[in-house]
Amino acid sequence: MKYQTVIGLEVHLQLNTKTKAFCGCAIDFGKTPNSGVCPVCLGFPGTLPVYNKEALNSAIKLALAFSCEIQEHTKFDRKNYFYPDLPKNYQISQFDLPLSRNGYLDIASGGKTKRIGITRVHLEEDAGKLIHETSSSLVDFNRTGVPLLEIVSEPDLSSPQEAFDYLTSLKNIIGYLDVSDCDMEKGSLRCDANISLRPEGAKELGVKTELKNMNSFKGVKDALAFEVSRQTELLEAGQPMTQETRLWDAEKSETVSMRSKEGAKDYRYFPDPDLTVFIIDREMVSRIKTQLPELPREKMQRFMRDYGLSEYDAKILVNSKKDAQFAEDCIQKYPEKDKKIMVNWLIGPLLSEANARKLNLYELNIDKEELINLIGFVENQSISHLSAKLVLTQMIDSQKPAVLLIKENNMLQISDTTALEEIIAGVILENEKSVSSFKAGKTNALMFLVGQVMKKSAGKANPKVVGELIKRRLTDA
Amino acid sequence: MIDKETVEYVAHLARIELQPEELEKLSRQLHDILGFIDKLSVLDVGLVKPTSHILPISNVLREDEPHICLTPDKALENAPGKNGNFFSVPKIIE
Repeated sequence: MKYQTVIGLEVHLQLNTKTKAFCGCAIDFGKTPNSGVCPVCLGFPGTLPVYNKEALNSAIKLALAFSCEIQEHTKFDRKNYFYPDLPKNYQISQFDLPLSRNGYLDIASGGKTKRIGITRVHLEEDAGKLIHETSSSLVDFNRTGVPLLEIVSEPDLSSPQEAFDYLTSLKNIIGYLDVSDCDMEKGSLRCDANISLRPEGAKELGVKTELKNMNSFKGVKDALAFEVSRQTELLEAGQPMTQETRLWDAEKSETVSMRSKEGAKDYRYFPDPDLTVFIIDREMVSRIKTQLPELPREKMQRFMRDYGLSEYDAKILVNSKKDAQFAEDCIQKYPEKDKKIMVNWLIGPLLSEANARKLNLYELNIDKEELINLIGFVENQSISHLSAKLVLTQMIDSQKPAVLLIKENNMLQISDTTALEEIIAGVILENEKSVSSFKAGKTNALMFLVGQVMKKSAGKANPKVVGELIKRRLTDA
Repeated sequence: MIDKETVEYVAHLARIELQPEELEKLSRQLHDILGFIDKLSVLDVGLVKPTSHILPISNVLREDEPHICLTPDKALENAPGKNGNFFSVPKIIE
């Protein structure tokens, strides 16, 4: 039987505010354990939490970027459970009146655009960090109370690849908003996945598995792919599926069932009496909306419209806000009308330089004017494209100007016809056979002769000019 | 009538250990409390706006400005168990 995969993702995002969600403890990871704590985030009796204005602002900004409806009336609830990383024995979260609902994200997957629904974006707080020793567990509460957003997707994703594309796209957009570091390896973005299979065409959803413990986008994709085959096998063998939570083991590349803590989850949500409600006025929402930056999709369309880029090129350049800014600066500074030349340099040689150095485009230490000079030398045929790529590498390493490096490397192409005529004359004399084949109409012979000239000039002859000169000489004669 | 299983379950969620006679007594008391609250169901509350907080205030926010934190020593002062700058608790996973 053919099965259809149904995936929904829950993303937890740390906001990059200066202080925690409900108290003024400065957020600074890597600090001495339990040095960024106070009576509020340690859950001491008698303390009162007060929400961070900046966190609310960032949350609304993000929800709007995903076209969510900001609810007029929102409140915090307590999610109750016992675990040592949670000093209050409840997490402040949102239950029935979340900040926002009904958004979406358009993802490009397999050459098509697909709209993925976003059920809700709500506010909550992070828990502490646990370190398990042989006989005890150690708790660091520095992370406790850091503002989080939970972004819940609809079960609209139908393959591990789509889940990967959703996360990439989500991260790109969040990167434009400057509200979070968005680094899964550092834990500022975390993702849980729900996955179930159902027979093709079935309406009802199958029994789902909740996947946790993935620490990269690739990990999410791999864990989901593993689950697709595991669940397919179970279904085909006619075995009953049980709803469970499974942990991804990246080393073994498999998911393992997590022993349930205590029967079914029962969080007993109720409104947090320590926090009053929020009435989000529409004026504030429209004000934040006008402050939203240009998002990747709009930027891509503008690049295509204003600079004549293809969708493919534009998409590469808008991946991150800073790279897009770098690229746009280069394109605007480039004096020629045909911006495609600069774009080809950006997504070709420059991007490979960046990848080789494990850097972003904008982090390449390169002077934009010098880059334009270098491209100019190629365009006026002073140096070959191949030489220019070598110069580019050296420019980034040494910060020397292009013209100096070209001289140092003795790379200037010989386009001077008198200098070339001499070499050509020699080559014609030495290769009678090819000359007569060319005269007999074999165009391949010309390529051979050009090659000989290139060889004699140590690669510095301008092949285009050489070809023209040989042709003229042989047809005139 | 609230049954004993429910009371036991709630006690477990709250990590409270109950003796048989306590279970008996609490079940009776909870039954009375729920019965009292249930009086609300005879009222017509159709025109009453749902409320989640008794105070008529909203949008209590603070600026994103750091305050001075406790020192680790101070934070750990009353901890039943500590190890260096960490709180120490009985091991929670095998």
